[in-house]
Amino acid sequence: MSACKCNAHLDDPRAEKLRQIITKYRNTNGALIPVLHEAQELYGHLPIEVQKAISEGLNVPLAEIYGVVTFYTQFSLMPKGKFKIQVCMGTACYVKGANSILDKLKEKLGVDIGDCTEDGLFSLDVCRCIGACGLAPVIMINDEVYGTLTADQIEGIIRKYQERPV
Amino acid sequence: MNIYRAHILVCNGEKCNSQNAQAIYDEFKTQIKKNKLEEELTVVQTGCIDQCSQGPVVIIYPSGVIYTMVRIEDVTEIVTEHIIRGNVVNRLLGGENINLDSVIKSLDQVDFFKRQVRIALRNCGVINPESIEEYIAYDGYQALAKVLTGMTPEQVIEVVKESGLRGRGGAGFPTGVKWEFTARAKGDQKYVCCNADEGDPGAFMDRSILEGDPHSVIEAMTIAGFAVDSNQGYIYVRAEYPIAVKRLNIAIAQAKEHGLLGKDIFGTGFNFDLEIRLGAGAFVCGEETALMTSIEGKRGEPRPRPPFPAVKGLWQKPTLLNNVESYANIPAIILKGAQWFSSIGSEKSKGTKVFAVGGKIQNTGLVEIPIGTTLREVVYEIGGGIPNGKEFKAAQIGGPSGGCIPASHVDVAIDYNSLVQLGAMMGSGGLIIMDEDTCMVDLAKFFLEFTADESCGKCPPCRIGTKRMLEILQRITDGKGTAEDIDKLEILAKNIRVSALCGLGQSAPNPILSTLRYFRNEYMAHIQDKKCLAGVCKSLMQYVINAEACRSCGICSRVCPAGCIKGEKNVPYVIDQTKCIKCGACMEKCPFKAIYKNA
Repeated sequence: MSACKCNAHLDDPRAEKLRQIITKYRNTNGALIPVLHEAQELYGHLPIEVQKAISEGLNVPLAEIYGVVTFYTQFSLMPKGKFKIQVCMGTACYVKGANSILDKLKEKLGVDIGDCTEDGLFSLDVCRCIGACGLAPVIMINDEVYGTLTADQIEGIIRKYQERPV
Repeated sequence: MNIYRAHILVCNGEKCNSQNAQAIYDEFKTQIKKNKLEEELTVVQTGCIDQCSQGPVVIIYPSGVIYTMVRIEDVTEIVTEHIIRGNVVNRLLGGENINLDSVIKSLDQVDFFKRQVRIALRNCGVINPESIEEYIAYDGYQALAKVLTGMTPEQVIEVVKESGLRGRGGAGFPTGVKWEFTARAKGDQKYVCCNADEGDPGAFMDRSILEGDPHSVIEAMTIAGFAVDSNQGYIYVRAEYPIAVKRLNIAIAQAKEHGLLGKDIFGTGFNFDLEIRLGAGAFVCGEETALMTSIEGKRGEPRPRPPFPAVKGLWQKPTLLNNVESYANIPAIILKGAQWFSSIGSEKSKGTKVFAVGGKIQNTGLVEIPIGTTLREVVYEIGGGIPNGKEFKAAQIGGPSGGCIPASHVDVAIDYNSLVQLGAMMGSGGLIIMDEDTCMVDLAKFFLEFTADESCGKCPPCRIGTKRMLEILQRITDGKGTAEDIDKLEILAKNIRVSALCGLGQSAPNPILSTLRYFRNEYMAHIQDKKCLAGVCKSLMQYVINAEACRSCGICSRVCPAGCIKGEKNVPYVIDQTKCIKCGACMEKCPFKAIYKNA
């Protein structure tokens, strides 16, 4: 055996980046939330190992970090899909039929709210108003916004992402 | 700066962007280069022009012609016809932008804009938000110069007080009084914060201001810093607004570079610095004490008041907190004077308010109108009325904390006091228009789902009370409600109102109380007749095939995901109600309109 497997994750380039993030904010007041934002961007979600590293780096109790992570809906303990689908459930979208869009997505992807498809391609969430009320109903896939939707457009949109080179 | 013959403004708001506005901007650049017009013309990406239903929008100055729903293929035609030959491209003007005599209306003549008075949105869609030079060209940072070089903090506060400006975030507290409290508070360190955690579903004016005119907020916060003796500000922005965050960052960097932010501003020795803090998706953080707890890096739970933030706020220091729209008014008030501002608006509420008009209405988007404008003007004149020949039923104002204004009160002059009398509130200015297809019980349930979900859990009246109210509403919409349920709802609502810790809980019952006040008959129909008059509540309606209109084509049977529609040639099809999941697919697809909702 040439190398111990444990070293693999110490060498993970993301761990070094995480250390840099923590160092950047170490002297900032109220650093925890900005650090969590950047850590989640790095890892896609916030597994307990990452929270532990932040706890040690910022000298904040792990329990407090877990409390913050679970308080805010933007932070996730679970991995998300490569394409994060968010269905806006703001009032304007609701009045204009966001529910039928959501039902169609559930049916086409075969997952419920908060879940990820088995191939890891899509995760489905509902989100708070994204402020695109003039285009209601609206969904967001990663950073792309799709507006004035009808349920029968959903299939085509999903196919577009399925056919994207990974 | 170059002087150009014409400016081409391309809206780069989030909505236009979702419809290819970036590509349209790039195409204009390419075309202008191709035609060697770079010296004569400039293309500008602006913030949201606010006529969202017509996007992507392109405006060409000096004529002010508005092109709507522009596609990338249209760019060549606009450049060759309008720019080079001077002919307006009529087919892109959009229905209401041209009048009967074929005279083309410019921006300020279109129905959607002509009744508006744009103070907070004065620069949105007019300047390039990523250029400090353009902001300065539109009197930007002049108010700050005036304040720092010629006014005392007391004078600044006096002007804001005299203007009559009230908080635009919801509660409507007089802004100048808040500044005075913070200025008087004793402390070695004070903070100035901006609430840009615009969480009310249906409201997006703060996003539009931050994306379209970020410098106005920076300038106003610096003025506030001078007035209350603070050298540090924080802008708390929702993480859901990435473009706003990006533009704010650019604007802060530019202001620092130009000596308008940071150390020794205008050489007067006054220091003021700004930081952006991102929210992380918690509605309660729009509440002032919760917002500050969140900036401190903790769970965003509210704390009891008093002490008020002006005395003990962020990190226990005196803190001034205003909302984005309130700040955006400040530079204009300082420059044009308190009297000018207080001459606009109604007797008790001065100035303008931005409303985000959405829902079942022809023209959606942001409208800034003098306070005191009637709801009728907003719905029918600015908003263009209800689409598809439907009837206006009610307007929901103020989001989950607000209430409904029914059609019978459509002539109400919208101001802080009149809305409270009707059981609604100004809130942050979300205005959702509803037609006869909206079930008011279902709407109340929607808002309760929202508040129950967003309740932070700290105080029991909100945590438990919203859940209990939601359960009762669920029961009613399922057709299992009893007459007692309405009494229970009213008792619960009144108790939660007085006992919850923060504004979220105290106002959570409003959607119920307000719909009960004006639409009690709908609640009774659900409970006594087991009917949903609007045909929304699935448990109380059926899809039925009209045997006489049915041509037995079988399309409904093929699209039915539950496989519950049976029939054969020459015999009308029938829906098996025990298996029907009420998705409505059959009704949508029936070519003969033979399927209807039986409510």
